Amino acid sequence: MAEMVSDAPARQTLAGARQRLADRDGFLAWIFLVPTVVYIVVLVAIPFFLAIAFAFSDVTAGNPSYDWVGLENFRRVFADPVFWQSLRNTFVFTVISMLLIVVFGKVLAMVLTADFKGKWIVRFLVLLPWTTPVALSSITWLWLLHSIYSPIDWVLRTVGLIDDNSYFLGRPALAMGSVIAVHVWRLVPLAAVIMMVGILSIPDDLIEASRIDGAGFWRRLFEVTIPLTFPLIAVAALFGAIFTFTDMAVVYILTAGGPTNSTQVLASWSFTRGIAGGDIGQGAVIALFLFPLLLAAAVLILRAVRKVETF
Amino acid sequence: MAAPTASIGDNARLRRHYARRAVLGRVGLYVVAVLAALVCAMPFVWSTLTATKLNADLYNPDNNPFLYNQPPTADHVMFLFKNTAFMTFAWNTLWVGLLVVLITLALGIPAAYSIARLNRPWSTPMGIAIFFVYLVPPSLLFLSLSRVVVALGLQDSTWSLVLIYPTITVPVSTWLLIGFLKALPRDIEEQAMVDGYSRLGAMLRTILPLLFPGTVAVVVFAFTLTASEFIYALTFISPTQEKVVSTGVPTELVRGDVFFWQSLQAANIFVAIPIAFVFNLFLARFISGFTMGAVKG
Repeated sequence: MAEMVSDAPARQTLAGARQRLADRDGFLAWIFLVPTVVYIVVLVAIPFFLAIAFAFSDVTAGNPSYDWVGLENFRRVFADPVFWQSLRNTFVFTVISMLLIVVFGKVLAMVLTADFKGKWIVRFLVLLPWTTPVALSSITWLWLLHSIYSPIDWVLRTVGLIDDNSYFLGRPALAMGSVIAVHVWRLVPLAAVIMMVGILSIPDDLIEASRIDGAGFWRRLFEVTIPLTFPLIAVAALFGAIFTFTDMAVVYILTAGGPTNSTQVLASWSFTRGIAGGDIGQGAVIALFLFPLLLAAAVLILRAVRKVETF
Repeated sequence: MAAPTASIGDNARLRRHYARRAVLGRVGLYVVAVLAALVCAMPFVWSTLTATKLNADLYNPDNNPFLYNQPPTADHVMFLFKNTAFMTFAWNTLWVGLLVVLITLALGIPAAYSIARLNRPWSTPMGIAIFFVYLVPPSLLFLSLSRVVVALGLQDSTWSLVLIYPTITVPVSTWLLIGFLKALPRDIEEQAMVDGYSRLGAMLRTILPLLFPGTVAVVVFAFTLTASEFIYALTFISPTQEKVVSTGVPTELVRGDVFFWQSLQAANIFVAIPIAFVFNLFLARFISGFTMGAVKG
C-alpha cells in the first residue's frame, strides 16, 4: 500500500512511452482479474445469497419453485432439539479440537524443523493424515474403532484393562471423543506446517543469543519462540477451528450423526435435512449458522497475519 | 557467555553440563519424532495389514490383529481392482483433478499477477476479498450450488465437479501465487521492459518461468484439495460410474450392512500413499508460499 502511494505521483510526471505503459498496466490488471472475479461472483457470491434466500422459502428437492415463507423455516428448525444438539456439538468439537491441534501441532512443528536422521520418512508419515482424502481416512478410522474387531479394544482386552469391547462409536461420550480424535489426527499436520513457517522465520542469531545467555529449552520456548511466532500459532488455531467447524465428512462416515444424534453437527444436520430429507429451506437455515462464526474467524486470521509482518 | 575470568575447571563443568543437555535433547527429539510418526501412520499400517488378511483371520476377535495368523492374501486387493468400480473412481478423480488444476492456473496466475504486481488502488482489498472467499465453506454453499447444478443440467455428472471445484481451489491458489510473486524482485520485469518487452511480454518471458516452482506447488495443493472434497461430490452425484474416489469408496464398497473391509483398506492405501508422496516433494515450496502470501503486505 505504502509503496503504491509513493509510486503514483512519480508515474504521472513521466511522459510519453512510460505513460502508455501505465495505461496498459491498468488494462492488463483489469483483464487479468475479470475472469476470476466473474467466476467467483457467479459460483460463490450468488449461491451465497441464494442460500440466504432459500432460508426464507419453501423450496424442496421435489418442488423447486420459490415461495416466500418468512421465518417459518427458522421456527421449525428452532423447534427441533436436534438442531440445538448440533449447534452445541459443533462448538464442543471445534473448541476441544482446536486446543489439541495447537498443542500437538506446536510439538510436531518443532520436531519437523529440527535436524535428525530419517527426517524425510518421519515427515512423509506425519503428513499422511492431512494429504489423504478425509473420506478415506475416516473409513479407516471406522474400521479401527469397529465394535468387534477394533485393535484398540484388542490391546486393552489383552492388557486386561477392559473385559468387554468399548463400542467406541456406539456410546455417545466415546463417539464424541472419537470424532474429536479423528479431527485432531487429521489437522495436526496442517497446523504443524503452518507453525513451521513461524519457527523458520525466527532469525537464527536470536535463538543463538538467547542460548548463549543461558536460556534453557523451556525458557527459549516460552519467552522467545512462542511470543515471536504467536501470529502463526493463531493462524494455525483458526484454520484448525474452521476445518473442524465446517467439516461433515468425518461425522457422516464415522457415526452418521449417531448414536441418536449425539454427534450431529451443523454441517451434517444441514445435509440430512436439506439433501437426504429434501427440505432445502430448513437445510439452508441450519447452514447459515455457520457463517457469523466463520466471518469472525476470518477477521481474526487476517489480523494475526498482519502482525506477522512486524518481525 | 562464560566470564573470561572463569577458571578452567568451571569451563569444563559447563561444557559437560551442556553436552549432557544436548544428548538428552537428541534422545527426546528422536522419541517424539518416532512417536508422532507412529500415531500419524498407525491407521495406515493397520490398513495395510488388514487389506492382505484372509477373512477367517480377520474376523476372529481372538486373533492378534497385528500379526498374520494365517498366510496373507492378495485376493481382496484384486477384488478391489477387478470387481469394483475403484478404477473408475480413481480415473474420475484424476481427470477431474487435472481439469480443475488447469482451470485454477488459468484463472489464478493472471489474477495473482494483477493483484501482486500491477499496483491498482483495489489490489489490497481484492487480495483480502479473495482470502475471505477461501473461507466460505462447501457446507454453506452446497444446497444452493446443488440447485445451480440442477439448473445447468449437470446433476449426476462428474462435469459438475469440474465446474464447481475451482470455487475451492482458485481463491487459495491465487493467495499462494500472490505470495510467490511477491518473493520475486520487481527489477526482473522492469529490466525486461527496459529491454523493449511490453508488460505482457515481460511477464510471459521472465516471470512465468521463475514462477514455475511455485506453480508446481500450487498444482499439487489444488489437486490434493480436489481429491479430498466430499460434500459436493456426495450432493451432486449418485450414479456409480460418475463418482470420484472420496465418495465412491465409502458408498460403493459397502453393501447394506456388509463392509468389504479389506478392499476398503486397500483403496485407502492406494490413494493415500501416492498423494502423500507427491505432496512431500513440494512441501518446502508450499511452506514458503504460505508465508509470503500472508507476510509480505
